[in-house]
Amino acid sequence: MKQLNQEEVKRITDRVLGFSKADECSVSVQGNRTGNIRFARNGVSTAGLTEDTELSVRVAFGKRTGTAVVNEFDDKSLEKAVRRAEELARLAPENPEFMPAIGKQEFRRTQTYQGATAAIDPDYRAEVAAAAIGQARAKKLVTAGFFTDSTSFSCIANSNGVFGFQEFTDLSFTCTARTEDGRGSGWVTRSANDARRFNAGEAAAVAIDKALRSVDAKALEPGRYTVILEPAATSEILGNMFSSFSARSADEGRSFLAKKGGGNRLGEKLFDEQVNIWADPWNPEVPVAPWDGGSMLARQRTDLVKNGRIASLDYSRYWAQKTGKVATAGHGNMIMAGGTKSLDELVAGTKKGIVVTRTWYIRMVDPQSLLLTGLTRDGTFYVENGKIKHAVKNFRFNESPVTILNNIEELGKPEVIGGDEVPYQMVLPPMKVRDFNFTSLSDAV
Amino acid sequence: MERRKFLQIGAGTAGAMLIPVFGNAIAAEDLLNPMAASAKKAIADVALNAATKAGASYCDVRIGRYLNQFIVTRDLNVESINNTESSGIGVRVIANGAYGFASTNNMSPDGVAEAARQAVAIAKANAKLQTEPVRLAPVKGVGEVAWATPMKKDWRAVPVKEKADMLIAANKAGLDAGATFMTGSLFQINQQKYFASTDGSYIDQDIHRLWAPVNATAVDKASGKFRSRAGLGSPVSMGYEYFDAKASDKVRAAGGVTTLYTNSYDIVEDARLAGKQAREKLSAKSVEPGKYDLVLSPEHLFLTIHENVGHPTELDRVLGYEANYAGTSFASLDKWETKKFKYGAERVNFVADRTTPGSLGLIGYDDEGVRAKKWDIIRNGVLVNYQATRDQAHIIGEAESHGCSYADSWSTIQFQRMPNVSLEAGKARLTPDEMVADVKKGIYILGRGSYSIDQQRYNFQFGGTLFYEIKNGKIVGPLEDVAYQANTQEFWNACSAICDERDWRMGGSFFDGKGQPSQVSAVSHGSSTTRFNGINVINTARKIG
Repeated sequence: MKQLNQEEVKRITDRVLGFSKADECSVSVQGNRTGNIRFARNGVSTAGLTEDTELSVRVAFGKRTGTAVVNEFDDKSLEKAVRRAEELARLAPENPEFMPAIGKQEFRRTQTYQGATAAIDPDYRAEVAAAAIGQARAKKLVTAGFFTDSTSFSCIANSNGVFGFQEFTDLSFTCTARTEDGRGSGWVTRSANDARRFNAGEAAAVAIDKALRSVDAKALEPGRYTVILEPAATSEILGNMFSSFSARSADEGRSFLAKKGGGNRLGEKLFDEQVNIWADPWNPEVPVAPWDGGSMLARQRTDLVKNGRIASLDYSRYWAQKTGKVATAGHGNMIMAGGTKSLDELVAGTKKGIVVTRTWYIRMVDPQSLLLTGLTRDGTFYVENGKIKHAVKNFRFNESPVTILNNIEELGKPEVIGGDEVPYQMVLPPMKVRDFNFTSLSDAV
Repeated sequence: MERRKFLQIGAGTAGAMLIPVFGNAIAAEDLLNPMAASAKKAIADVALNAATKAGASYCDVRIGRYLNQFIVTRDLNVESINNTESSGIGVRVIANGAYGFASTNNMSPDGVAEAARQAVAIAKANAKLQTEPVRLAPVKGVGEVAWATPMKKDWRAVPVKEKADMLIAANKAGLDAGATFMTGSLFQINQQKYFASTDGSYIDQDIHRLWAPVNATAVDKASGKFRSRAGLGSPVSMGYEYFDAKASDKVRAAGGVTTLYTNSYDIVEDARLAGKQAREKLSAKSVEPGKYDLVLSPEHLFLTIHENVGHPTELDRVLGYEANYAGTSFASLDKWETKKFKYGAERVNFVADRTTPGSLGLIGYDDEGVRAKKWDIIRNGVLVNYQATRDQAHIIGEAESHGCSYADSWSTIQFQRMPNVSLEAGKARLTPDEMVADVKKGIYILGRGSYSIDQQRYNFQFGGTLFYEIKNGKIVGPLEDVAYQANTQEFWNACSAICDERDWRMGGSFFDGKGQPSQVSAVSHGSSTTRFNGINVINTARKIG
């Protein structure tokens, strides 16, 4: 099915706004065409294509709101969705925290669509899998992986004249290579919005190299070590922290950014001064929509951490009004400044340490300190006198991102890294960090 | 992506626009009259015929209508009421020995036939890389049949206001009892699934699930400390009668430390206890690290079972199909083949099933048209079987599938998902109080907490909601900052006692994630209160900045 263009989607949002009899109405339409291929045991396991378009209508009568979502677009269905939302709103209790729909916003376009990605077809996907499987077979390894690409659009509109429409493309690839005896395992991840920046063969070679180097892992005693964390080892850990910048939670005393005695820690120096983190929808490597779909506010370039200090907090429209602050749009990406060194150069400058490819199954242990637990996986190596000596067995860690960002020794050259359980696209540097807390050993390979 | 959506809902931070769901009065009228089975059969036949004509040797079709309603409250406010509806068709084929899949929300005959042809084209593209053709265990076509979740009170007919009022009443009870903040949500799921295959099955199913998580947070601004206590009710597959709390469904926890629930849930009472206990947690003693005997209530143990028995015995993980994401498994085929791999102590027996009333895994047929069944996974401590789908059954010498195939939407590909996996009750008479009386140095743990496990399911670390110190056979007071860390096989071999069937009940995971792209499924795990001796406990308190 042909994806709808701006004119066609605008006709839908205009129809929906026209059907509404409520005090106000907000509409969003999301359409996507997503292809994927999954392989395992050196063969394709599943592959598919999904097309769907979804309409969400939110209406309000006074402070009562209701939302309905459908995926049918004939006039009858559109009206049905509006009536459902209205019915829900009439039945709903008043929400004292209700915020009226926002007024017109200026959305400065971001470069989120690339034709090369939109042109991906089943043969392209099969070739991605073939590139990984072919290399793995040649080295007597077993590979498993996943490639997905999507072409989509997003549209928002409301009865105050807000309108935004933009098209997006996206691809991501992950690949695991394992030795036949299961003693070695390596992994790689790549994501891009432009297929011209993606090379399946190059990526698979990284996973294969790590698998071959990770056999015969030796056990090191758990304890505090200097670590060199690849971006994939910190993306989920830091992502957990980025999601915890709510001003309201801090002001209410239930966040790591709450201040003892009341208030929040805005402006305090919590991290090493090398730490600079910001969100920027126009970043060319990780462009995201220039609006936040929930609030419909225009996104801005925003510093979260400046020279180790907390530079801003996230304000919902309600909390901003209550506290006399400016509301912030939800961020879509996170960018952390780094240096110029490659991972190998960071290793070369390390006397004794551990390289971590990836961390896994990260869960919050204590939201008070942001203590997280998780494990290393798919390539953990011991470094001595600037060289990788041998693979080491995987560790469980119990560590807080606040502590990690305090203990930074050196930052490398930032790379694009997609989140898995974290809703941000990110650019993060590899990091050399002292005193990282490994608490037990795992037998898992 | 689905997983992210659900995570955002869970965090209570999602904008209303992100969360799908459907309406009440008007919608209910529509919803109670789903599309006629004859209309679905006609659509299914279009797809089956188009796929066969394009060269498929097998085809199955799933026509889905997914209706959800989510109500989210915070303190005394209703934050959002959302209804979602999603309809479409997913077509899976085998052509040239390989799978292909396509789905669309365009249910016109042309749209459906086009999806079927696309699935065949994808299968043919993939066949070039295939080394072995897909082999499906036989399923006898069942003709036209129907199945529905047993339900006394249809949640779709309950007014939205009544549901919102129930959540607000719960929040108020928690705030009155000591919480600084409360949240309460109600997730209501209806999956209208029509399955058809070239084996000659046309199966119409109407599946319902409910979950009402509440959470109390107590803040001490002076010390900057905060603590939360989550609700102890379970997600279920039954009607709204679950919220008509009956006294006979209430269970007194060991030592009377709290109240627990079986087949119905008193959400207001649990929220009140949550508020009180969240406040108590602020001043509870911080645990001394070391070895303890752990007494684990079913409201906690379900998640441990899920992570270190349910997931490791998924056959797709064991074979390497999930190696790139969820991981593989220590419970490998060579261990199973010995027929004497001691997964746990002699008293440990695990049964997989999709037939237990009220359980989240309860269905009539799976997403490959296989009838729901029950089988052993661990018997007398020994690993005896796995969880398999049609294309895996032959690998473990089974003549037919276990019926473990599931897709979370019409738009996603079905694959192996966990059935309910439950620990059988102990055979000797034993109550939780009697179990505690036999412990010198232990911790009684209730409710779910932080949980993390490695990709082969050896090393795990789990927290909980409520912790109580046991000294010389008595519960002496609440503890905080507790997590236990162990190796799966050592842990189940340290199982020293299991309470009897009077104490058996289920907990469940409503949004269990697996696969790429990630799909969610819901599954229950039953057990009685169970004791594990000499388990390593760590203290999780930290100071930052």
